[in-house]
Amino acid sequence: MAINFGKYEAGQIPADQQKAMICFHCGEPCPDDNISIGDKSFCCHGCKTVFEILNANEMCDYYTIEDTPGITPKQDLISDRFEYLDDETVKPQVVDFSDGKTERVTFHSPTMHCASCIWLLEKLHEMDSRIYSSVVNFPRKQVTITYNREEMKLSETAALLSSLGYEPLVNLDTVGKREQSSAEKKLYLKIGLAGFAFGNVMILSFPEYLSRVGSVDPTFKTVFGYLSLLLSIPILLFASKDYYQSAWAGIKSRTVNIDVPITLGIGMLFFRSLWEILTQTGVGYLDSFTGLVFFLLVGRLFQQKTYEVLSFERDYKSFFPLSVTRMINNIEAVVTVLKQKPGDRIVVRNQELIPADSVLLKTEAFIDYSFVSGESTPVTKNAGDFIYAGGRQAGTTIELEVIKEPSQSYLTQLWNNDVFNKPRFSRLNVMVNQVSHYFTFGVLAIAIIASLYWLQFDTATGIKVFTAVLIVACPCALALSSPFALGTAMRIFGRKGFYVKNTDTVEALSKINTIVMDKTGTLTESGQETIEFSGDRLAHEDQEIIKSLVQHSTHPLSQKIFQALDVDAIHPVAKFEEISGKGIQGHVSGREIKLGSTKWLGLQEDATDAEDMKTRVFLSINEEVIGSFLIANVFRKGLRPLLSDLKKQFSMFLLSGDTEREKATLVNLFGSEENLQFRQTPENKLDFVSRVQGEGAHVLMVGDGLNDAGALRASEVGIAITDDVSAFSPASDGILTGKNLHLLGTFIKMSKATTSVIVASFVISIIYNVVGVSFAVAGKLSPLVSAILMPASSISVVAFTTFTTSLRARMMKLT
Amino acid sequence: MFILMAFSLTASLIFLGAYIWSVKSGQFDDKYTPSVRMLFEDKKTSKKTEPGLISGEKNEENK
Repeated sequence: MAINFGKYEAGQIPADQQKAMICFHCGEPCPDDNISIGDKSFCCHGCKTVFEILNANEMCDYYTIEDTPGITPKQDLISDRFEYLDDETVKPQVVDFSDGKTERVTFHSPTMHCASCIWLLEKLHEMDSRIYSSVVNFPRKQVTITYNREEMKLSETAALLSSLGYEPLVNLDTVGKREQSSAEKKLYLKIGLAGFAFGNVMILSFPEYLSRVGSVDPTFKTVFGYLSLLLSIPILLFASKDYYQSAWAGIKSRTVNIDVPITLGIGMLFFRSLWEILTQTGVGYLDSFTGLVFFLLVGRLFQQKTYEVLSFERDYKSFFPLSVTRMINNIEAVVTVLKQKPGDRIVVRNQELIPADSVLLKTEAFIDYSFVSGESTPVTKNAGDFIYAGGRQAGTTIELEVIKEPSQSYLTQLWNNDVFNKPRFSRLNVMVNQVSHYFTFGVLAIAIIASLYWLQFDTATGIKVFTAVLIVACPCALALSSPFALGTAMRIFGRKGFYVKNTDTVEALSKINTIVMDKTGTLTESGQETIEFSGDRLAHEDQEIIKSLVQHSTHPLSQKIFQALDVDAIHPVAKFEEISGKGIQGHVSGREIKLGSTKWLGLQEDATDAEDMKTRVFLSINEEVIGSFLIANVFRKGLRPLLSDLKKQFSMFLLSGDTEREKATLVNLFGSEENLQFRQTPENKLDFVSRVQGEGAHVLMVGDGLNDAGALRASEVGIAITDDVSAFSPASDGILTGKNLHLLGTFIKMSKATTSVIVASFVISIIYNVVGVSFAVAGKLSPLVSAILMPASSISVVAFTTFTTSLRARMMKLT
Repeated sequence: MFILMAFSLTASLIFLGAYIWSVKSGQFDDKYTPSVRMLFEDKKTSKKTEPGLISGEKNEENK
């Protein structure tokens, strides 16, 4: 019989007690009511401390803006861990601005999440008079602090944030990197300018629209013409500059992208208008010209939905910490990682990262490599063993000697691969560029044939017709349909926890035919495991005895069993012994208990066990084997229906860095054994993706760890799975929250629906063009027709794509 | 007539200038935080929980 030991959950508390048991600061359930102030309970001393700080500063308004807004501050960390920030080589890279007296620094603090956080972080000057001001940028999760340089150190500002629970994130990557928001600012400027010119030119050409009703004074006509020209010049020179550059780049690489016909159209519009106004033969099409540029720029803004807090370009640098504790003559000092040299001695504490390849000097280590290699069980290392960088220590503090500099480590070698050095561009041709290729040549052909026809009668009409065809065929609607359809899809994805880097990703996603998945952290939930006991039901007393024994061990498996047993450990343990690689034993309440591996307990290796390789810890009491604890990974919810759905449409592969221990379950999920590969190194994964691409596959890679970084980069679409979007995820095209993995199939379907919407809108816009071109070929394109046709086609295409895309999303229940 | 046009054009150019200034001075950098910031009270409304209360009777009741 098997019993489940559920973890402690909030739902188990009776409703009437619940309120009292929730931490006043952070809202987490409190294990008991020992920690309290007045009628307020706290879940830990960290939360209580923050409350005391706020209370002492009369800042408890924090709790009135939102309920339980607090974040549990990190525990067990040394107080001087920010001291490296004061180092003369590090500090200039971190601070924004400094003069003799004041200094300004911007910290990234991913834990801020609500209005209370903003309130508190902008009131820092009331808590510490050395701080002049602090300003929050919430979408970026940044806080900028200005402080008195003479009295306050940089490390103290970081420590203050940390003490309130807003741990500032400083890693190798944040150093020396300055944000670039000027591109967005420029787009705003361009749109403003184009909109301004559009509106005014429209007003100035209004008399001309009505010219059939009453005649316009010729003086005004001239003045209005010159004024419009004046307003249009900045549009030509500044606002539409990107289109010329992109078209030129396209022609240089021998492709006709969508910007080529746009540039042709824009150029024709302006120069024909210029000629008409200067020769006073007409009023030109400047209203269409400015309007066109304005609509195109708005489309660009819509396409450019950015997730400011997410980064899609991270590499190992943003994974490694900036500081490490170094031992010099038995004195600990916090120094920057970059200064590590072979031979240095470093100290790594519980849950800290190993920053460089090194050799273990002191005590036993349990290294969790799950994020780096995909192995889900922590590895035991003994003094003298070699440890690769990137592992996370679980358990006691260890001492290491550095063998290689951090930038030379085994893990970081992956980034020396060619894929990371080449600029990445999609191998899939963007649909709109394929269309524009035929479109441009078609339009040029029509223009030439039509003008040749008219040239037989009249040279002036011939030139007029030639320019008119190019003007009216300017694929404004064509160019707008992609950004609006893809942009809408991108926003819908974002609402469902799938954040894509740009609109091209949505299109690329619709064209994939092969899906490659990682296991640990992608299919399984990281840090979540189920523990089951198989054997006779354990008596309450036995559970107490086991818990008493395992609490003396720091081994990760012992810790897991300790957490799973929902009883109090009260019995003293005698003759406790931990045998490395085998198990633990001891005498509790007069009984001899052993917990450990099969061999150690003298059992035969079970054949079925070896096959599915679940982690088993056997239990024997008084030399009699009672049963075993089975520790298995938890697969994400909805995985089975997702995989059986995807299996039908795509070739599916699994590349795992882990051992074959869950092979049986995975074969069941993926359907066949051939598509599963285990013990894959990061390079193996990268090579595999390149190989299937060579066989014509368009690959979607889904992964989470640093070991997937190469494969994510090489694939057509790389999606990183993460449980916490503000935490580290490797460079990718999209970030998907783990709890929404089950929607992956719907996302792919949605991207396909979006591309069919784009095709439909291409058809509509080409119909508009046919109508316009028929006017132009007949030599009847008046400014009025153009001024009506251009906005009408653009607006109707934008409305059509946005509406149908959202409708398709609603049909798929994605909204 | 031309004076009126000059006026209207000047007025519109002033607004264009104001817009360019607002973009350049970073008013579009963060479109969320200011909307929350304006809702906060300037004056302190909470008083310290009296030390007597912290170590006082209520606390002892809990123990």
